[in-house]
Amino acid sequence: MNSLRIFFVGGLTSYRALFNWLTPWILVPTFLLTPLFQIFLFVYIGRTAGVSDDRFFLIGNAVVNAAVPCLFAMGNTIGGERNFGTLPLLIASPARRVPLFLGRALPVILNGFLVAVFALLVGALVLRVDIPPATWGGIAVAIAVCSVSCTGLGLLGAAIALRVRETAVLSNIALGILIVFAGVNVPVDAMPGWMQAVSGWLPMTHGIEAIHALASGRSVGSVGGALLTEVGLGACYALLGLAVLRWLEWESRVRATLDTA
Amino acid sequence: MRSVRLVAVAWSLQLKMRSRSAFDGLLSLLWPAFFATTIFMMFRQGGASGPALLSAAVGSSAMGIWSAVSTTAAFALQMERRQGTLELFVLAPQPFALLLVPLTLSMATIGAYSMVATLLWGRFAFGIHISIADPLGFVVAVVVTVFAIGMLGMLIAISSIRYRSAWALGSAIEMPVWLICGFLVAIDDLPAWVRPLSAVLAPTWGVSAMRAAAAGHSPWADLGRCVLAAAAYGAIATVVSRWMVRSARAHATLALS
Repeated sequence: MNSLRIFFVGGLTSYRALFNWLTPWILVPTFLLTPLFQIFLFVYIGRTAGVSDDRFFLIGNAVVNAAVPCLFAMGNTIGGERNFGTLPLLIASPARRVPLFLGRALPVILNGFLVAVFALLVGALVLRVDIPPATWGGIAVAIAVCSVSCTGLGLLGAAIALRVRETAVLSNIALGILIVFAGVNVPVDAMPGWMQAVSGWLPMTHGIEAIHALASGRSVGSVGGALLTEVGLGACYALLGLAVLRWLEWESRVRATLDTA
Repeated sequence: MRSVRLVAVAWSLQLKMRSRSAFDGLLSLLWPAFFATTIFMMFRQGGASGPALLSAAVGSSAMGIWSAVSTTAAFALQMERRQGTLELFVLAPQPFALLLVPLTLSMATIGAYSMVATLLWGRFAFGIHISIADPLGFVVAVVVTVFAIGMLGMLIAISSIRYRSAWALGSAIEMPVWLICGFLVAIDDLPAWVRPLSAVLAPTWGVSAMRAAAAGHSPWADLGRCVLAAAAYGAIATVVSRWMVRSARAHATLALS
């Protein structure tokens, strides 16, 4: 029962306290305007470069914006606690680490999902991109899967934040890697072989591929494999994140570097 | 002469301060490089070559200058406030706007590093042949664009002095400026209502001059417009800063925004 309380109540409380992006002054430009601007930028560049159609860039850039809360909020799980001076209290607490950190991931997943859905919906309306209404249910499921898997990567970022002070810089680099490698603006099969190999191990790649297939009318069942791979990758990153967190927490205690990273 | 010395010395000090964090420096190179890489791949996928690819390389490289200024400039005064140095800025016996010029100019200078890095990245990773037909005109265009973007950054910094979360605003305007200033997309391809906005933004003329110099056309008319726009930003910033500072002093809100 205590673990459930930590998972749900602790997760929500820490999200509200640490991730102070919920003020309209930050929420509107960051979660509503920036994803749309990114979509418009790449749609126009795509037209200039003479590649793909608007729908390709709309989907890739809308979905990758789910990564913004997933990476940055999870990074703040450690970085924000350090800034507020509460990291030692968190680490000293006897709470079990799995519900403690996974609980913090739950509101972030919802946030990422809503950002991507908003960007996709408004982007489609403004650009007059036709995405059949019947496909929206499957697309919503795929976006949720992308948010989950990307939060796994965010958890790994949170763990590294025990060693690295600039969590925002770290999250920006992770986001940049996703923009280049995850098939957001260039189809994975148009990339060089080594990039294709990297992209296969990143969150978002399989999810975005699945959403392209769904938007072109294929069924959820036909992209089940890609979505399962996406979930599997997210779980791997989350497990790795929890393991690294455990190791770096132990090392920080031994070296007394919790607040000086 | 005193003003020039002030700008030069403060620019040098600000540049040193901004160069201290290796992590931040890495990001200022990597962030535009991520976008440039994607854009090079898109143009290559579209079969672009020769002048089209060079034009994309020049535009992509200039993106880094704006990236280095947009978010940082919007947040600059909030940062001074946090460090407790905003009051010293206001108390200094020089116009407030003038004191901000070296601050945002140093940011744009950092962006110029990323411009060089992006051009080299395009040359060696993507084999883009960087042939600049008018090297002198190109260098002048880069210097003027850096200056003009620095001035635009100063105007943003002053305008956002009362906005606590100004970084979010700065971050949100990064991509629109890339788009509407024609860094990669011809302004004629944008909706007609955007074009007047493009015309009043100095980066539009700076990037156009860089592209003209690279292609062997005359960049000077565009450079003239770029300098004119930068001077207008300076004049507006001076008026706005006087009003803002007077208001903050009268209401004792300098540290409370």
